[in-house]
Amino acid sequence: MAGLTKHDIGQIFARQGILIAFVVFMIGFSIANSRFIDPDNIMGVIRSSAILGVMALGVTFVVISGNLDLSVGSMMSFSTIVVLDLHDKIGPFMAIPAMFVMTMALGAFIGFLVAYLKLNSLIVTLGMLSAIHGLTLTYSGGKNMDIADKEGTWFKIFGQGDLMGIPVPILLFVLLAAVLGLILAKTPFGRSVYAVGGNGVAATFSGLRRPRVVFLCYIISSFCVAIAGLLQASRSLGSQNTVGQGLELEVLAAVILGGASLLGGSGTVFKTVIGVLILGFIQNGLLLVGLQFYVQYVVTWVIIILAVWLDIAAKRGKLWSPIA
Amino acid sequence: MKAGTLSTLLSRGAIWGFIVLELIFFTVAGEFFSLSEKAFMDVDNMLLLFKQSAPIGIIAMGMTIIMVNGNIDLSVGAIYALCAIVLLDSMTWPMFDSLGDMVIPVSWALALVVGIALGALNGFIVWKTGVDAFIVTLGSMLGYRGLVFMYNGEQPTSHLNWTLVDFAEAQFLGLHTPTWFLLVVTAVIWWIMNKTVHGRNAYAIGDNRTAAVNAGIRVGPHMMINFMIIGFLAALSAVVFYSESGSVNPNDGELYELWVITAVVLGGTKLTGGAGSIISTFGGVLAIQLLRKGLAHIGADTETVNLVIGLILIAVLFLDRQLNIKGKEELKV
Repeated sequence: MAGLTKHDIGQIFARQGILIAFVVFMIGFSIANSRFIDPDNIMGVIRSSAILGVMALGVTFVVISGNLDLSVGSMMSFSTIVVLDLHDKIGPFMAIPAMFVMTMALGAFIGFLVAYLKLNSLIVTLGMLSAIHGLTLTYSGGKNMDIADKEGTWFKIFGQGDLMGIPVPILLFVLLAAVLGLILAKTPFGRSVYAVGGNGVAATFSGLRRPRVVFLCYIISSFCVAIAGLLQASRSLGSQNTVGQGLELEVLAAVILGGASLLGGSGTVFKTVIGVLILGFIQNGLLLVGLQFYVQYVVTWVIIILAVWLDIAAKRGKLWSPIA
Repeated sequence: MKAGTLSTLLSRGAIWGFIVLELIFFTVAGEFFSLSEKAFMDVDNMLLLFKQSAPIGIIAMGMTIIMVNGNIDLSVGAIYALCAIVLLDSMTWPMFDSLGDMVIPVSWALALVVGIALGALNGFIVWKTGVDAFIVTLGSMLGYRGLVFMYNGEQPTSHLNWTLVDFAEAQFLGLHTPTWFLLVVTAVIWWIMNKTVHGRNAYAIGDNRTAAVNAGIRVGPHMMINFMIIGFLAALSAVVFYSESGSVNPNDGELYELWVITAVVLGGTKLTGGAGSIISTFGGVLAIQLLRKGLAHIGADTETVNLVIGLILIAVLFLDRQLNIKGKEELKV
């Protein structure tokens, strides 16, 4: 490594900063408490991160295409409530596809508004956050939803089951991450998502149908939300109406930690997974060290700002902003 | 009449037209559906409406400046909660024991200073790091909420000072104290935005930042001052509300940022910056509160409010776009 200048080292730190921070955190927590590195503990963290992670995968597509999705949290509450309600009414076999259809219809509606009517995605999804919350409450009448026969149903396999010793939520998360990662990195559609988010005008002039790409991103996002709702419903077999409240911002935090730019055009599925894991392990590590769950909020705050700042600083080559 | 005047008038007056429509609708519908004997357009009911709009309304004035400037602030709900805790907790500190009721202005000042400091921190980070305000305040929304929890765990913080409660519930010229605060804040912010250099510059920066920089406007300090203003207003809102209620939960103020942004957008302020009016924001605040009260008045479930407000927000966005399509610009993309 003869030609490695100081500048290059700075670049490496800035570019891979998030991975380095991840490793440092893991080592630090392992030293502080040996239980942290225990395989059971690691499995537990990944398992409890799976719901957030699945949603973050879909939001990654939306963010790369240059839009935002703040409605995923309340949409997840909706799908959880719907699938629990339908489980007792029409049985799990029919309830799951019905819930997917209803959730993805909401996603299609948002996609239509943002992609074809070209409305601002921040406001549209903000409005839908509120509207879907109202829809959920109207649907359930404000009551908690519970499955009558909690012991006898096979429905709990998604959230609680094991397959070859690995919890099903982790399997689903990994599988979905692999499939979506391949779609994003290796298919023409994936390329067009980057193109549309990076420079929409140029993408349009190159013959890409921008509205359709954006629309499909929202469909993917709502599909992921439906899976998250399924995992949540199956894990707890009962739910409040507000189960997903506030998750949209945690999801966004994970995606941003993974280095996706809110302006669109950058980010990968793999990095988002890292972002999700960082959030999960920090939470777990702080708990094991004996700190309360809310310390995690403050730590997340510092990490988000530092991560994005370093990313931007590396791109412009200067640490401080040029704003006068 | 110049071309475009009509659509400008339409979009300026739209929020007031909407409020009139709401009033007519709820008055008429109230006759048929309402369970109570009282009319919707009752004076007491309207006074209460103003009072209840105050907490959201005061913050919305600050959010208008921030959004005119081309930024956004998601951390207002957390600042609101933190300042409320400082307000209530500081009144019980032993070092202020000798002050008697003079502790009230001291606690108010403390809460307001904390609000300004939190806003300044946001503004400073936005200015110096160049990270987008959306991300910065998304982070501090989490971080400040964490501080709220760290202050007193998951316990509510309570302290009732009856002098303060009397003050907050007082009526002067028929209007409640919170209403006066809302009106004064609206007037002051209107003055800042329309009559001072700072306000002019805020519009200029939001409209075209490069042009503003070339014109010699120092963008960074202006943004930081705006974040300090919204921090101050979030604190003021907490001061006004918690003087009366006297108890704050660590979750209080959650989702306030969404209500505030909804009110501001209903008032016609553009997310991209450079356009927006304080008076219209005031209309947006009233419109939301009218909707909440009106739906309750005609016996709709509270959950319907969320649904209706969400859909109205989207409809406003759609109408706004239809009214503002300029020539062939849209066709290019």
